[in-house]
Parts: sequence; C-alpha cells; structure tokens
Amino acid sequence: MDAVDLARLQFAFTIGFHILWPTFTIGIAWFITILSAMWWRTGRTIYRDLMRFWLKIFALGFGMGVITGIVLSYEIGTNWAGYSRSVANVLGPMFMYETLTAFFLEAGFIGIMLFGEGRVSKGAHFFACLMVSVGAMFSATWIIAANSWMQTPAGAVADADGIFHVVDWWQAIFTASFPYRLAHMVCASFLTGSFVVAGVSAFHMWRGQHLAASRKAFSMAMWLALVLAPTQAFIGDLHGRNTLVHQPTKLAAMEGLWDTTKGPAMTVIAWPDQDEQRNLYAVEIPHLASLYLTHSWDGEVQGLKAVPPADQPNVPVVFFAFRIMVGIAMILLATAITGFVLRLRGRLFETRWFQLLAMAVTPLGFIAVLAGWTTTEAGRQPWVIYGHLRTADAVAPVTAGAVTTSLIIFFVVYNVLMLAFIWFAGRVALKGPADTSPPALEHPGIDRTNAGLFDSDTSAPAIGGAQQAGATS
Amino acid sequence: MTELMQAEYVPLYFGALAAFCVTVYVLADGLDLGVGIIFLVAPRDQDRDLMMASIEPVWDGNETWLVMGGTLLIAAFPAGYYILLPAFYLPIMFMLFALIFRGVAFGFRLQATQFRLVWDIAFSAGSILATFCQGLILGGLISGVPVENGMFSGGPFSFLSILGILCGVGLVGGYALLGAGWLIWKTDGATQVFAREIAHAALILTGAMMALVSVWSALTVPEVAARWFAWPNLLFLAPVPLVTLAVILSAWRGIWGRAEARTFILGIALFALGLIGLVVSLWPYVVPRHVTVWDGTSDPQSLAFIAVGLVIILPIVLAYQTHAYWVFRGKTVHLDGGYGGGGSGGH
Ligand code: HDD
Ligand code: HEM
Ligand code: HEM
Repeated sequence: MDAVDLARLQFAFTIGFHILWPTFTIGIAWFITILSAMWWRTGRTIYRDLMRFWLKIFALGFGMGVITGIVLSYEIGTNWAGYSRSVANVLGPMFMYETLTAFFLEAGFIGIMLFGEGRVSKGAHFFACLMVSVGAMFSATWIIAANSWMQTPAGAVADADGIFHVVDWWQAIFTASFPYRLAHMVCASFLTGSFVVAGVSAFHMWRGQHLAASRKAFSMAMWLALVLAPTQAFIGDLHGRNTLVHQPTKLAAMEGLWDTTKGPAMTVIAWPDQDEQRNLYAVEIPHLASLYLTHSWDGEVQGLKAVPPADQPNVPVVFFAFRIMVGIAMILLATAITGFVLRLRGRLFETRWFQLLAMAVTPLGFIAVLAGWTTTEAGRQPWVIYGHLRTADAVAPVTAGAVTTSLIIFFVVYNVLMLAFIWFAGRVALKGPADTSPPALEHPGIDRTNAGLFDSDTSAPAIGGAQQAGATS
Repeated sequence: MTELMQAEYVPLYFGALAAFCVTVYVLADGLDLGVGIIFLVAPRDQDRDLMMASIEPVWDGNETWLVMGGTLLIAAFPAGYYILLPAFYLPIMFMLFALIFRGVAFGFRLQATQFRLVWDIAFSAGSILATFCQGLILGGLISGVPVENGMFSGGPFSFLSILGILCGVGLVGGYALLGAGWLIWKTDGATQVFAREIAHAALILTGAMMALVSVWSALTVPEVAARWFAWPNLLFLAPVPLVTLAVILSAWRGIWGRAEARTFILGIALFALGLIGLVVSLWPYVVPRHVTVWDGTSDPQSLAFIAVGLVIILPIVLAYQTHAYWVFRGKTVHLDGGYGGGGSGGH
C-alpha cells in the first residue's frame, strides 16, 4: 500500500470510530435534557433517577467523542496537507466556527451537567443540559456543512494553483446536499439513541428490576422510534433524490445501475462486477427504482458507464453499504410498529420476546450510521472535493512508514478503548438506575443489584467504588 | 469588511489572537496536565481522588483550546497548518495518543475496581508524554523546519533536536508547577502539603530548563541570537530575564505562605514571560524563517468571516468558561454524579 491508501485507511478508521460517539451523545443529550426538565417541573424522583443513570453512560460516551474528535482535527493537517492547502479558505473557517460555537459551548457546560446537580438550581442544571445538547447540534451542523461542501461544492472558485477562494459564504455553507445530509444525520442520532434507551430498559424489564423507571424510559423511547423510523426513511429518500441530481455516479453505484436506463428496475441484491461492468446474480423488481427516484414509470436514470471506469467509485462497497443501511432501517421500522401494536393491545411492558427483540436491535443504529457514511464517502471517490480535487492529490508529504506506525497504534488503542468502554458502560447500564423510592415499593427478592445498598452506609463498596449517587443521598 | 481585511496590520491582529489562544491553552490545560504529571507521586489514593476531582469539571473546556488553536491556524494561517503539522507528524500523533489515554482515564478510573492502578498510570503517563511532545514541537519550531516549494520537505524525524528535548523537560516541569500551584489553591490538608512539596521540585526544574533553553537556542540558532543581542534590542529585552528571575525567587519564597493562590499566579506569570521570549525569538514568522504572518494568512474574505465570530463569540466563550470555574470555586470536595458518582472512597 502506498501513502495515499494508508492515509485513507487511517482516516476512515479514525473518523468511523469518532462518529459512533456523537451519534450516541447527540440523541442521549436531548433525552437527558428532557428528563432534567421533567424533574425540575414535576419533582418526581423517577425522572431524577433516570437522569442520573443516563448521565453516567453519557459521560463515558462524551469523553470518547471528545478525544477521538481532537485526533481528527489534527489529522486533517498531518495526513491531508494537500487537501488543507487547497480548501483552507473554505473549510478552515467552518472548522473554527464549529469550535467556537459548538465545542466551547459543550465544554463550558458539560461540567455543570455532569457534576453540578445539587450545586446549582434545578433550572440551572436544565439550562446546562440544554446548552450541551444545543452545542452537539451546532457541531453536527458545521461539520456536515463542511462535508457537504466536499460532496457538492459551491460558492468558491479554484485558482490556477488549485487553491479555493470563497466568493459567497452563504452558498458555500448551504450547499445543495447540506439540508438533507444534516436532517438525515440528526435523525439517525435520535433514532439510534431511542433504540439504545429502549434496549437498556428492556433488559431491566426482562430481569424484573427497576420496573417503574424502565417502563417509563421504554415507553418514551418507543414513541420516539415510531415517529423517527418512518421519518428517517422519508428523509433518506429525499437525500437519495438529491444525490441523483448532484452526484449521479454515486447514485448509480448505490443502485448498481451500469447503463443509462429509462424506467430502471430496483436491484434488490446482486454482485456488481466492476471488471465486467455488469451485475451478476441480480434479483430485480421492474420499474421500482424509476418510481422512487424519478416518481414516474419511465424516468431516465444515468448509469455508471457514463463515466470512464477510472472515475467510478468502488461499486460493491457503495452498493452493499447502502443495502445494509436500508435493511437496518426496515428492521427498525418493523420493530417500532410492532411496539405500537403491542401498546395498543396493552401488552408493551409484558411481552418478553419483544424485550429480547428490543435488546437485539440496540447496536443496529450504529451500524447503519457507519454504512451510511461509507455509502456517502466511498461513493464520492475518486474525488475528495467532488469534481475538483482527487484524493490522490490531497495527501501530505509524510512517509508511508510514519503513517503505518500511527495507523497500527490507532488500531490497537481504539480497540482497547472500545473494550474498556463496553466493559464499564455495560456495567453501569446493566446495574440500572438507582431506586430512591422506598425499598418496599420494589421487588426486593428480584432486585438483585441494589439489594446490598439498603443495609450499609454511604461507602458500601458493592460494585466498584462507583456507587449510584442517588441511592444513599 | 473584506476590504478592511486587506490592510497591512490585519495579520498582526490575527497573530496576536493566535498567541492569545496558545497562551490560554498552555495555562488552562497546563494546570490539568500538571496535575496529571505529579499524579503518581502523590502519597495516598485519597490525594489522587481529590486531585482528579479538582480538574474533572474543567479539563474538557481547557483541552478545547487545543482544538481552537488548530482550527484558528487552518482558518487564519493555512500555511502554518499544512506545513507544520506534517513536519511534526510523530510528536503530534504521540501527543494525541497520550491525550486519548489521559482523557478516558477521567471516566474509567472512577468506574474501575480492580485495575485502578492501570488508569492511574494511563492518566499520569499520558499527561507526561503529551507535555513532552508539546515541548518537542516547541523546540523543533525554534530550530526551524525544512521547507521546499511551500511544502514541508523533511523526513519523519527532522523534528528531533536537542533543543526540543530540553523544551520537553522544561515544559514537564512548568506544567507540574502550574498543577502544584493549582492544588495548593484548591485543596487542603495532606494533599495541599504534598502539593507544596512538589512545587519546589517543579520550580527548580522549570527555572533551570528555562535558563538552559535560552542559552542553548542563543548558541545554536543564530537567528535567535541575532534577535536578542543586537543593539538596541538588548536594552529593551534585558528586563525579560531579570523579571523572570524575580518571579522565580518570589515563587520560591511563597510556596509555604498563607496566600494559597500565589504559587499558581506566579506560575502563570512565568509562562507569560516564557511566551514573550518565544515571540521575540520567532517574530514575525508562522513557519520560522520561511513564512511570515503576512504571506501566511488566508483570503481576506475568509478572515472577514472569522473575524465576525471571533469578535462576538470569543468574549462570550470566555465569560461562560469563567462561569464554569466559578460554579466549582472554593476547595474541592468529592464530586457526585457524572462519571460514576461519588463514593470513590476516602470521604
Ligand atoms: C440510523 C441510521 C440510518 C438509517 C436507519 C438510514 N440512514 Fe441513510 N444515512 C445515514 C444513517 C441512516 C447517515 C450515517 O447519517 C448518512 C451518511 C451521510 C449522511 O448524510 O447520512 C446516510 C446516508 C444516506 C444516503 C447517502 C447520501 C449521499 O451522500 O449521497 C442515502 C441516499 C440514504 N442515506 C438513504 C437512506 C434511506 C432511503 C433509508 C431508509 C429507508 C436510510 N437512509 C436509513
Ligand atoms: C463521520 C462519519 C464519516 C465516516 C464514517 C466517513 C468515512 C470515510 C471513509 C470510509 C472514507 C474513505 C473513502 C474511500 O477512500 O473510499 C473517508 C474519506 C474521507 N472523508 Fe469521510 N467519513 C465521515 C465523515 C466525514 C466528514 C464529516 C468529513 C469532512 C470534514 C470527511 C472527510 C473525509 C476526507 C478528507 C476523506 C479522505 C479522502 C477520501 O478518501 O475521500 N468525512 N471517510
Ligand atoms: C472531519 C470530521 C470531524 C472532525 C475534524 C471532528 C472534530 C471533533 C473534535 C475536535 C471534537 C472534540 C471537541 C471538544 O474538545 O469538545 C469533536 C467532538 C464532537 N463531534 Fe466531531 N468531528 C468530525 C466529525 C463529526 C461528525 C460527522 C459529527 C456529527 C454529525 C460530529 C459531532 C461531534 C459532536 C456532537 C462532538 C461532541 C462530543 C460528543 O458529543 O461526543 N463530529 N469532534
């Protein structure tokens, strides 16, 4: 592998790892904000218990998001100097605004959000949660604006040296694909977040512990999923039709469409053979792609062969990544609808197989996000700035050896971190929210995890020095 | 606005702003990196819990200034960004790895039961390595980086210099001083006594390394010597080392004193003086001896765009960061909630 491929691998790995955490925190931050508001307005301890519980998991995820993000902001310079040189005038200010409006806002209030409860008033705590949530949203907005400019550049011209100069900031920020990509990403975070909350709550319901709190959270999450799952599919469809207009080659790769066709069929599954420039083993539904892409029976859609093979992306990667994402969307949608049906029948909290199902789909949102970004980014190849700057011209003058060294270390370090996170966050999640309601109201026989808490003092070492703050205060 | 940004003095403002961001970063993250540097030396587990708790609510805000520095560099001085970052590839990468370990240790340490020591070491070693890498970068910057055709043209190890190693050790001492000063201020009892003891060692190390770095760079980098010893510069610049000496002596005498914030404040003063010295040595270059602030800036329309945000938002940022410190003012107590709740032993 040459330095270009290594740098690409490294960037894909580190940014793919980073995106997992914002996906988690963008949604959960809002969930916590709502809980904080409910606790402030109603004074019911169930909301406080839930809030403290999710804060602990959130804190771990947030920390991971921050440190992996800092890596990216420097990697763009260390590994992609050619890219930085070319686009600094356009994207530099966007990155800076992200720091200024989003990261500082989050960092300025995260301390109060995590540790301020009790030190500041309930209203002030709610405000801090709100600021962190809003900050996460600003962050997504700026970084997606930057990415969308790379996909559908506008508002800037390149000079003879290949350096971009902005002529219109409005156009550079609000590019053609920006609204769709932002809406789709934010909706993805909320959707993923609701299934995480649902899955963890389902676990506790299944074990018969923390019932009141878990039911409350489960119900909130399933309502949200019912709204978000169809919304995500709808936005995704709009996003795809936007891609059809602005990046027809990428769309053709997603559809596995080689020849420009009138009224194309939808390819459910196939093996796209890039060498032969055709699909093997294709299963197709006639005219369907034409219907959802052009909203007509016989619309024309451009195929991959409209550009020379050298300018095509890696078709199988794009094709399968897209199918993974959409497949997951269907599973999540079906789960949300099933939950609704059970709720109508009054059996949402009792159906044990549904609790197992809810646990099983918990990680799917994250996989869909990775698949979605792979579609977007791999589909843009061989360009970094679509139609303007080739990936091969974007790298930095660093040696393959240096990049390999850092790549290997990233790989090891991130895997260790992932394991540590799963271990620690999993332990907190499985232990569940503290029950500050009198023990008699619970089911002491079943409530295994909190059993030890009520007969010892504050420093009960139960599981780890890390005790639920609420349990004894 | 865009025309305004073409004026000749504009790069000076942005240069000053960049220096400001670096200063805030060094002082803010310096104090929590410093706490990390002396973390393992603390005698008891309780001390470590308290030390961690004293920086937990603010470290994220401090570290964000590192991101601010990077993004301001690419937005205002792109040439600095795309030449210097590849030039310091290895120290930057290792700084990032170190910051990763140290960052996750905040959360994981409190959750850990059996392997707490592992996270203690991750936190402390991470802080030391990150600081040392920053020193390597600083030293490399003073020594200069090879540039051809507007791009970095050296190899993966061309950042390495004796000056860099001296700076690395000096920075470890300096941050340790800031961290110890912070702890004298924010803690009491045995932890405070420990902080006072360690402050002495840190002060000696810092003072010695500051002198060594100054002498060494004057001897080995002719441009720096020319800057300092030319007449009449010598006259204007002579106070810098003299004031530095006075600050060191004053800090030495104040460590056991009643004014608990004194060591911290004098530590800040020491860093401010060091930075003044640095600016004197490097002015007016973004990439030393190759790209000046005038040739290195981005387009006027990009500068105009970021100027609006910097003027309006940066003061607000500073206000609520100060507020965040204010909420957690006074002596540190063990914190509840967040990463794992209180009860981390030793109430
Ligand atoms: C929970 C996550 C999730 C789910 C369920 C879906 N997506 Fe998605 N999708 C994303 C998460 C995502 C993403 C990670 O957020 C991407 C990557 C870049 C972007 O804008 O959003 C994405 C990209 C993306 C793109 C690429 C656009 C481009 O860059 O050119 C298209 C066309 C779709 N999606 C369409 C869909 C459709 C039709 C879906 C359902 C039927 C769907 N997505 C479900
Ligand atoms: C966060 C989710 C993202 C994921 C999972 C992701 C994934 C990827 C992948 C898989 C590649 C390699 C593509 C290939 O070479 O075939 C890549 C490349 C790249 N992406 Fe993204 N990307 C994401 C978001 C972004 C954003 C927000 C930006 C811009 C600020 C960005 C900028 C780039 C750049 C500069 C490259 C390197 C050049 C290239 O190979 O295209 N990416 N990314
Ligand atoms: C090239 C791409 C990216 C870069 C350079 C980048 C950079 C960063 C940095 C430096 C941080 C830490 C900020 C701090 O110190 O507090 C961070 C955190 C964060 N990033 Fe990214 N990021 C990228 C992609 C993304 C994407 C695609 C999203 C969302 C759509 C995103 C959302 C966030 C959020 C919400 C945080 C706050 C921490 C958290 O909630 O986990 N980032 N990012």
